[in-house]
Amino acid sequence: MLRIDRRLIAHFDWALLAAVLLVIACGLLTVLSATHGPTRLVSPLFVRQAMWAGIGLVGLLAAISFDYHWLERYGYFVYAGALVLLALTAVAGTSGGGARRWIALGPVSLQTSEFVKLGLVVALARALHRHVGERRLTWRNLAVPILLTLPPAALILKQPDLGTAIVVLAAAGAVLLVAGLPLRWVVLAASLVAPFLPMAWHHLKPYQQRRVLTFIDPQADPLGSGYHIIQSKIAIGSGMFGGKGFLNGTQNRLNFLPEQHTDFIFAVFAEEWGFVGACVVVALYTALLLRCFLVATRARDPFGLLLAFGVTAVIFTQVLVNVGMATGSLPVVGITLPFFSYGGSSLLTSMFAVGLLLNISMRRFTF
Amino acid sequence: MIELTQREVVPLVLRRRVAVALALSLVGLLMLLGRLWYLQVLHGEDMRLLSESNRIRLHRVQATRGTVLDRAGRVLIDSRPSFDAVLVPEDTRHVEETIENLAHLLGQSSADMHSLLTQATSRPAFEEITVRRDLSWDELVALETHQLDLPGVSLQITPRRKYPLGTMLAHLLGYVGEASPQELAADPRYRMGDLVGKTGLEKRWEKNLRGINGGQQVEVDAVGRKLRVLREVEETPGDTIKLTIDLDLQYAAAHALGDRNGAVVALDPTTGAILAFVNNPSFDPNVFARGVRPDEWRALSTDKHHPLTDRATQGQYPPGSTFKIVVATAAIEEGVVNPFTRIYCPGGLQFGNHYFRCWKKGGHGAMNLHDALVNSCDVYFYQVAQRLGIDTIAAYARRFGLGLPTGIDLEHEKAGTIPDTAWKRARMKQPWYAGETLSNAIGQGYVTATPLQLANMIAAAAVGTRYRPHFVKQVETPEGEVIYTEQPEALGALGVRPTTAKQVRDALRDVVNAPQGTGKKARLKNVEVAGKTGTSQVVKLGQKRLKAAQVAWAHRDHAWFVAYAPFDAPRIAVAAIVEHADGGGGAIAAPLVREVLEAYFHLDPDGKTDAYAQNRSSPDRTF
Repeated sequence: MLRIDRRLIAHFDWALLAAVLLVIACGLLTVLSATHGPTRLVSPLFVRQAMWAGIGLVGLLAAISFDYHWLERYGYFVYAGALVLLALTAVAGTSGGGARRWIALGPVSLQTSEFVKLGLVVALARALHRHVGERRLTWRNLAVPILLTLPPAALILKQPDLGTAIVVLAAAGAVLLVAGLPLRWVVLAASLVAPFLPMAWHHLKPYQQRRVLTFIDPQADPLGSGYHIIQSKIAIGSGMFGGKGFLNGTQNRLNFLPEQHTDFIFAVFAEEWGFVGACVVVALYTALLLRCFLVATRARDPFGLLLAFGVTAVIFTQVLVNVGMATGSLPVVGITLPFFSYGGSSLLTSMFAVGLLLNISMRRFTF
Repeated sequence: MIELTQREVVPLVLRRRVAVALALSLVGLLMLLGRLWYLQVLHGEDMRLLSESNRIRLHRVQATRGTVLDRAGRVLIDSRPSFDAVLVPEDTRHVEETIENLAHLLGQSSADMHSLLTQATSRPAFEEITVRRDLSWDELVALETHQLDLPGVSLQITPRRKYPLGTMLAHLLGYVGEASPQELAADPRYRMGDLVGKTGLEKRWEKNLRGINGGQQVEVDAVGRKLRVLREVEETPGDTIKLTIDLDLQYAAAHALGDRNGAVVALDPTTGAILAFVNNPSFDPNVFARGVRPDEWRALSTDKHHPLTDRATQGQYPPGSTFKIVVATAAIEEGVVNPFTRIYCPGGLQFGNHYFRCWKKGGHGAMNLHDALVNSCDVYFYQVAQRLGIDTIAAYARRFGLGLPTGIDLEHEKAGTIPDTAWKRARMKQPWYAGETLSNAIGQGYVTATPLQLANMIAAAAVGTRYRPHFVKQVETPEGEVIYTEQPEALGALGVRPTTAKQVRDALRDVVNAPQGTGKKARLKNVEVAGKTGTSQVVKLGQKRLKAAQVAWAHRDHAWFVAYAPFDAPRIAVAAIVEHADGGGGAIAAPLVREVLEAYFHLDPDGKTDAYAQNRSSPDRTF
């Protein structure tokens, strides 16, 4: 199935792959630290995550094994498949932490909203690539992308998973803007929507409302909803310049940090490795970002460009929002740090996405 | 592949937009870096401090208070470990739930628990609130097994004071209680909930007994569970204090007094060391150590028998005829009588318009000073007192330590009263009437003294020197270093000629040993005892002396006996009072003192010491 083409290997973006693998290695190390107990270093969670990294590698290889133009043809089917899974989750999913986000598949449970992110990006690229050009998008061009975006966003919001919904909307918005959505329309839309924001506020769950309020003033309820932000900031800050050392983060080890191996994993890392370590990780993500954008700009055709950009937008919205949230710069919304956080679906999706980028990159000269 | 040509075209504007997006993303990453710099480098120190205070708690480890022993090393006060339930509200995000569960497990209303919490509003963050002291075994097990339902709750081992003797010696030993706000303010070493000596030895020797509290830096996790001790300063237990009290003698004296109200004090006349110190009624210091309940306090403080009063040092009684020791000494020393001076006792003395009775209605006939003391003849002393005058009598009384505190290391010691002309003028704005001298000379009227003062008086009569009564024999640090040893402190010699002292002592010996002596019931088979009886009137009962049984209990006389032994080399001096007794000092107090002396000299006339031995093996027994 996998045809090795010498030309493909010649154009393979080894730097991108290396950057990703390094970030994943850092992530695994941090998951190890975040889940180790007083008596045992290697937790079952770490083993699981390592397994998922292996599966992710297979996913990555799978994502480069075919010509990405195949996605141009079958993009809507991919999207439909992901959406069906998401809808199934809404009906038959398993709950965790008050939200129905997972669907059980034998021994593993999948977070289907992760897959739908990619599905949507593929579908958007499929819908838009023929209409891009020197001219701006028209209303007619916009109808399909918006119709594609709303169902998954609504389903995810319903779970409820505000974080992923924001990522989906932000990535879709970014793709639309790159595809030629006039900025003034966005401004217009925003000014139309703004009066209805108070109504939307009432539709937020109380815990989501609290999170936004807490972001504005974390000290208002330091043991309640402000707890996450305060403890995460303390963890990161207390790492100081050089960090407390691997496995020595007290905020992490003593469970002052909430959700330390998922949403707040960056705080665990920054506590143990300090500003130096945080800079290394940010540098790795920056390298990754540069390579991703390079893939997008070098893409051979608009479809490749939009797909590469969409995938990149999905990954980096998450990076910025997650680290912003851990450092107390953004409200707490539960999203994972790509390649870093514990979570199989997230890791698999992110690695598959990187596979797609590598795919686009190495086929930039092929016909 | 007809679309081929179309495919090749990637509009430049598209690439430009991607570049703009890249630039924006880079700005975002740069802002994150700035934020990290701000948190980790600019504010790193503060955040490190916050993370340390998150995880490190200071736990005070209460020092175990010093043990108190009797002179033979038997335990008088001890400490036992106990468990308290403490709550740190910051350690749980669901305080309500925790309190609900805790209240349920301890069988207490959650409203009570809440009030505890609201009381402790001014406490520093993360300081523990004690929600229940001294948990029972069942409560302990309940809390241990439901630990998971009780985030923020932990158990704390606290040494608790134990008074195995119960009511015995309670006034001297005192008791501990939680430090009051004033005590907390006065000494920064005390923290809320610390035990502080409130009365007696526990208070006066607080500095030695309390020891030095230790501390632990404990690492806790987010729900306050203690994970490990990072640093520890060992606590130092309090010093061990050995008392001069002889527990055997103490039990013997308590047994001798029985359930009658009164006091018995025995001391070593050559040093002032207290050997036995009995008050009845008494109270149980354990009640105070665990925290006295309002109803218990009301019962104790309003009891008409005053169990909280330390009769031995605070009970001021007319000394009755025991005071004749003072008057006799003054009479000989001042030369108003000589050994051959005889005075006739017809059974009373008319003085002015008042007839002063002798206790013996028929009169004693003519007697010298010796016989007057032995028979306790009132008339003789009426006559002698007139010759001495009240001011001379008072001066001698003070030489015996009367009218001033003995200086024992107990709070609120009373001085008693030794009246003289100046005293009366100051006190009552009245001149001294000559008739008053007569009644005061036989220890009535204004004269009062505490049982401890009378023990000290007879001790001074025995050895010629007055010592400060004390009860601490030795203080030993936990390492075994002796840092204090009793130093007998002479407060003053009687300053009388040896012949004077000898005459008085000879008479006191005959009080017990002569056939007509009023104190013959204190006689021992093979130890020569000297002493003096006393029967002090509580109220003036008119001309006729009535039998005790004819008088209401509260109006009956107090029975006194003071004694020392052996006569020629005194080792023990005893003063005993029985309030509102069934008879006079000779009938009631003398046999009581004999019982004490028998125990001291290990005489066993009728197997009584076996009873003491039994008491010793069950120290909780109260009398």
